[in-house]
Amino acid sequence: MNVHEYQAKQILRQYGVATPRGIPCESVAEAEEAARKLSGNVWVVKAQIHAGGRGKAGGVKLARSLAEVREHAARILGMTLVTRQTGPAGRVVKRLLIEEGADIKKELYLGMVVDRASQRATLMASSEGGMDIEEVAAHAPEKIHRLAIDPTTGLTDAQADDVATRIGVPAASVAQARALMQGLYRAFDECDASLGEINPLILTGDGRVVALDAKINFDGNALFRHPEIQAMRDLDEEDPAEVEASKFDLSYISLGGNIGCLVNGAGLAMATMDAIKLYGAEPANFLDVGGSATTEKVTEAFKLMLKNPAVEGILVNIFGGIMRCDTIAEGVVAAAREVKLAVPLVVRMRGTNEELGKQILKNSGLPIISADNMAQAAQKIVAAVSRRQKVAA
Amino acid sequence: MSILINKDTRVMTQGITGKAGAFHTKTSREYANGRNCYVAGVNPKKAGERYEGIPIFGSVADAKRETGANVSVIYVPPAFAAAAIDEAVAAELDLVICITEGIPVRDLIRTRDKMRGSKTILIGPNCPGIITPDEIKIGIMPGHIHKKGRIGVVSRSGTLTYEAVGQLMDQGLGQSSCVGIGGDPVNGLKHIDVLRMFNDDPDTDAVIMVGEIGGTDEENAARWVKENMKKPVVGFIAGVTAPAGKRMGHAGAIISGGKGTAQEKLGVMEDCGIKVTLNPAEMGRLLKSVLR
Repeated sequence: MNVHEYQAKQILRQYGVATPRGIPCESVAEAEEAARKLSGNVWVVKAQIHAGGRGKAGGVKLARSLAEVREHAARILGMTLVTRQTGPAGRVVKRLLIEEGADIKKELYLGMVVDRASQRATLMASSEGGMDIEEVAAHAPEKIHRLAIDPTTGLTDAQADDVATRIGVPAASVAQARALMQGLYRAFDECDASLGEINPLILTGDGRVVALDAKINFDGNALFRHPEIQAMRDLDEEDPAEVEASKFDLSYISLGGNIGCLVNGAGLAMATMDAIKLYGAEPANFLDVGGSATTEKVTEAFKLMLKNPAVEGILVNIFGGIMRCDTIAEGVVAAAREVKLAVPLVVRMRGTNEELGKQILKNSGLPIISADNMAQAAQKIVAAVSRRQKVAA
Repeated sequence: MSILINKDTRVMTQGITGKAGAFHTKTSREYANGRNCYVAGVNPKKAGERYEGIPIFGSVADAKRETGANVSVIYVPPAFAAAAIDEAVAAELDLVICITEGIPVRDLIRTRDKMRGSKTILIGPNCPGIITPDEIKIGIMPGHIHKKGRIGVVSRSGTLTYEAVGQLMDQGLGQSSCVGIGGDPVNGLKHIDVLRMFNDDPDTDAVIMVGEIGGTDEENAARWVKENMKKPVVGFIAGVTAPAGKRMGHAGAIISGGKGTAQEKLGVMEDCGIKVTLNPAEMGRLLKSVLR
């Protein structure tokens, strides 16, 4: 689960991380009011969407008067921001964060991830802040310092001081940087985060160490013990199809192609997408119905796929183990009837009661195309869709 | 022979009274030598009771002491599963297979930390388990699709593993052991560990390695294969079409920061002498083609 910058900063402040003072808002009037409350004479108007690259896309503006705050707020609210993380459709800005301006002397980078090799939370720090860490990793990997953190000791004072010094924090500010890094680690650990990023971390003209931007993602499997974080979820920022899918315990991800696929198991679902691509088409979605696909679940899965107007054909690929092929076949037939399926459907089933399942599909009277293996299934659906396209043309 | 488990393995089920634990213990017990293999269940609130004739103990330590079981399979719900692993590790079992999906990563980081220096081997979590066909099955895989043979299978996925087994069967090839190492980012045995075991197993002739996007385990395993493996390995990586930054069902199946793509893994595997296919329907045929 992702949260907005202003929410990430709220969390980090609770762990002693210094941030600029700021107020989230949803209208131009609120933005002006926020700037007044913050006082001062320089403000930053920041679009709040769940994606990076906002600055480059025009979603972050400096204002030197209340009139400019109003002007920028009016322009950014409702704007569709297209960044490298939003995809070509972009994201409509519904919220802003108004912050006091900061005197930036130097931009640094801090990040926290779970490192799979060491199996520990790992701090990443760099003197090169303000740009993508991937870019730094590609061009100057020696400028990224990594430290796997022992969960029993946490980030020690000595470790934090060493990292701070390596990324160029001056001696007078090291104690502040230490507190900030330790706060970041504790926030990451205690809130069950999967990613924490402060980019840039700035040194101000008067020697303070401040998180100018912040991003936190959370481990979806741990949200059950963090109701306060769950409450921060912003459904406006999520794909409506994925939100709908989660209600039925389906794992669904929208993709750009025209062939819907319904599969049991995440690995097999990805493999099925790959097979579709191999035979010349693109998958419209990833969809794992899980180990216990009931008729209801299969029907919901069909409805979900068909809500996507790009879908021109559906491929069902099931390896029935515990789940029997006849049960699946009944589910598929019922679902196809209920949604009055009008696009080609190829079904490949393997496993327990395979023959019985195929018989049910055949006897249904529906134009369901049967396939014996995954490659054949992919070939058949790609061919059926292209035939249909030719007829339509 | 086989790896990790055989007909003489004695197993306890942690979470034997839950829906999944009860169902899969029952079906595993009905498979091959399961009736002799499944000797204990654990549930602190139901010590002294029985499930399908299997005695239930209040703790892993009690179950081990009373029955001699040195392997456990865990079906405990996600919020308590890491503690269940910890208990099995503290009781110094040889092998712990955690089926549970959805355990918070933070819990696994701590559990893996406690396991440093321990002799206990962990498989999973979020995995189908392990099977040595016609001897013993520990986990949720359908037993009847397997048969005894000389091909090893190691995979991060569930149904895609069954798919690989199904394709081997189409080629008339049985399996020595099939190991599902699970789809979580922090887990127990990795591809490299299982390949080592297959390499040392006199009854395994060749291995299918099934991977997916996320992390660098497959690359690490491939580099080890190049230097050490005496048997042919073929591979498939799921997720060539997966978009970056999206978690594809499994917690660990995510391309992050441009790392962990299928293309990168396939490239390294090929460079290391592993025959790979982009076609998930060709795993069985590819394996057959490399048999000497």
